[in-house]
Amino acid sequence: MFYRENGQFKTSYKADQQIFPIAQDRWIIVALIVFAFAGVPLLASDYMFRAILIPFLIFSLAAVGVNILVGYCGQISLGSGAFMAVGAYGAYNAFVRIPDMPLIPALIVGGLCATAFGILFGLPSLRVKGLYLAVATLAAQFFSDWMFLRIKWFTNDSPSGSVSVSNLQVFGLDIENPLSKYLFCLGILVVVALLAKNLVRGAIGREWMAIRDMDVAAAVIGIRPMYAKLSAFAVSSFIVGVAGALWGFIYLGSWEPAAFSVDQSFKLLFMVIIGGMGSIMGSFFGAAFIVVLPILLNQLLPLMGELVGLEISTAGISHAELMIFGALIVWFLIVEPHGLAKLWSIGKQKLRLWPFPH
Amino acid sequence: MAFFLETLLGGLMAGMLYSLVALGFVLIFKASGVFNFAQGAMVLFAALTMARFAEWFPMWTGISNPVLANTVAFLIAGAVMFVVAWLIERLVLRHLVNQEGATLLMATLGITYFLEGLGQTIFGSDIYKIDVGMPKEPVFVLESMFEGGVLVNQEDVIAAVIAAALVALLSVFFQKTVTGRALRAVADDHQAAQSIGIPLNRIWVVVWCVAGVVALVAGMIWGSKLGVQFSLATVALRALPVVILGGLTSVPGAIIGGLVIGVGEKLSEVFLGPYVGGGIEIWFAYVLALVFLLFRPQGLFGEKIIDRV
Repeated sequence: MFYRENGQFKTSYKADQQIFPIAQDRWIIVALIVFAFAGVPLLASDYMFRAILIPFLIFSLAAVGVNILVGYCGQISLGSGAFMAVGAYGAYNAFVRIPDMPLIPALIVGGLCATAFGILFGLPSLRVKGLYLAVATLAAQFFSDWMFLRIKWFTNDSPSGSVSVSNLQVFGLDIENPLSKYLFCLGILVVVALLAKNLVRGAIGREWMAIRDMDVAAAVIGIRPMYAKLSAFAVSSFIVGVAGALWGFIYLGSWEPAAFSVDQSFKLLFMVIIGGMGSIMGSFFGAAFIVVLPILLNQLLPLMGELVGLEISTAGISHAELMIFGALIVWFLIVEPHGLAKLWSIGKQKLRLWPFPH
Repeated sequence: MAFFLETLLGGLMAGMLYSLVALGFVLIFKASGVFNFAQGAMVLFAALTMARFAEWFPMWTGISNPVLANTVAFLIAGAVMFVVAWLIERLVLRHLVNQEGATLLMATLGITYFLEGLGQTIFGSDIYKIDVGMPKEPVFVLESMFEGGVLVNQEDVIAAVIAAALVALLSVFFQKTVTGRALRAVADDHQAAQSIGIPLNRIWVVVWCVAGVVALVAGMIWGSKLGVQFSLATVALRALPVVILGGLTSVPGAIIGGLVIGVGEKLSEVFLGPYVGGGIEIWFAYVLALVFLLFRPQGLFGEKIIDRV
């Protein structure tokens, strides 16, 4: 009754081609963005910002990037952690080596470094496909682990190998307290997500999807596989690189190469698959699921242990957490292999008819 | 020259061990099209089971005969792997038939987390020893040909012999037995196999069992070499380049890929490593596999990929 497009007539090409053609979608998105900028800061505590909201925003950004590569272009990548690392260290080097480097250009430099790295390790995708490619992208992961551990230039010759940044400012405003960090990440996420949403419905997004669905057929109808695949790698690794830089700069503050290990790559791929491949919206769902679930388990398990009178050690909790996490993921893949985004679209379909059955 | 030979031999031995893990990947991929990331966790789980039961058996029964304890532990671990295989087929794979490769890959990653958590919950997370009485002392061979001879680790030789025996056993099983023939039929074409009455579900259980036993042997050898600990699960990541180099669908490919990667890794670490700061073996293996893939995208012995529109 409330969610239907009846009566919304388009009288110009501009109206026909907007990002959200249904008025209700537009209002919901605007309301969500306004709420995220104005409502959340009033409601959330410092702990919420630090432990849940900021990681959620950064991982959403990274998941949008990975989704472009995996979900839209169909190139399974297990090297996303490496792209994050390259972004973080690229931004770090730009930030500390160039005097008076502002934060946002440093992040962009980090993203560009990740782009170059992504294109380099995307080259095998022209020859190698599917699971072979997934394993091949692990080369990027292990190479970056090694590179940032052994080559001291990247870590500014710090003896312990860990690097840190401080005194972050944007346009003269300090980014020190959780609220300002949250708003900064949110700003970047909104801009990038809208750009990505626009990109995937444009010509290049359609090329990516054609390549994903059947690359030989796409090549036959005149899509250049090399251009499409490498551009997907470039765009994806730029976004993932910026997310990596944010993860280092804003969330961690000081970090070492282990912060971007292969686990990070797996996590990002989980987000994309659980959220829904080929859906920008799904990236947010997936990121929320993967960020919130471990925290929830961590809080709930000791309580449940007490309830049945069982004393669980810290190690026991972390093992049980691992088990439940694994089991939930498998369960989730079984009940909804197309991800949370599919549930979302089913919900929208239902809402279109509600409350009348036909 | 002797040093070069020593490195080469060390590489071959290490390669044999990688082949063992890679074999588990190939068996499952061939029969069910699942890229089983959980192979590493299975190695860890099997090794943990064996190590702990070998330790518990004398405690429970009071019989302190190491050979008997190890045999019993091996059998128990084998049975446990059978149960694990059956549960995985029953609870996970059966519900995920016909899903995309990426989804299946992620499901096995979920299984990985589960097995890692379960193994450490039941058996504890310390470092355990498996002692099957393998000689540890290195020996010198070929002393007549080179000055000082070539240093060979006896343990490695035995491990390589066991691995070779296992491979021979598996090929007999695949070529000569009825079940083996059914397995090959399923690997060739699921639908055709089903249409002539081969029960797919049972075959999958069998194949996961075989992979479980391979994981047990791999876990036993790695465990007695390095101790049974959490890092054993990362062996899977070391074996992945072997699998793609040899081809996901080829058993001989897993063996030869293992040898190539083992040798390449060791030679690069010893002769190239010092120039770039060391520690390059793990990514070098991947880059080596990648270079091969650029020329043969389906691996050395993989089935040729034919694209049809």
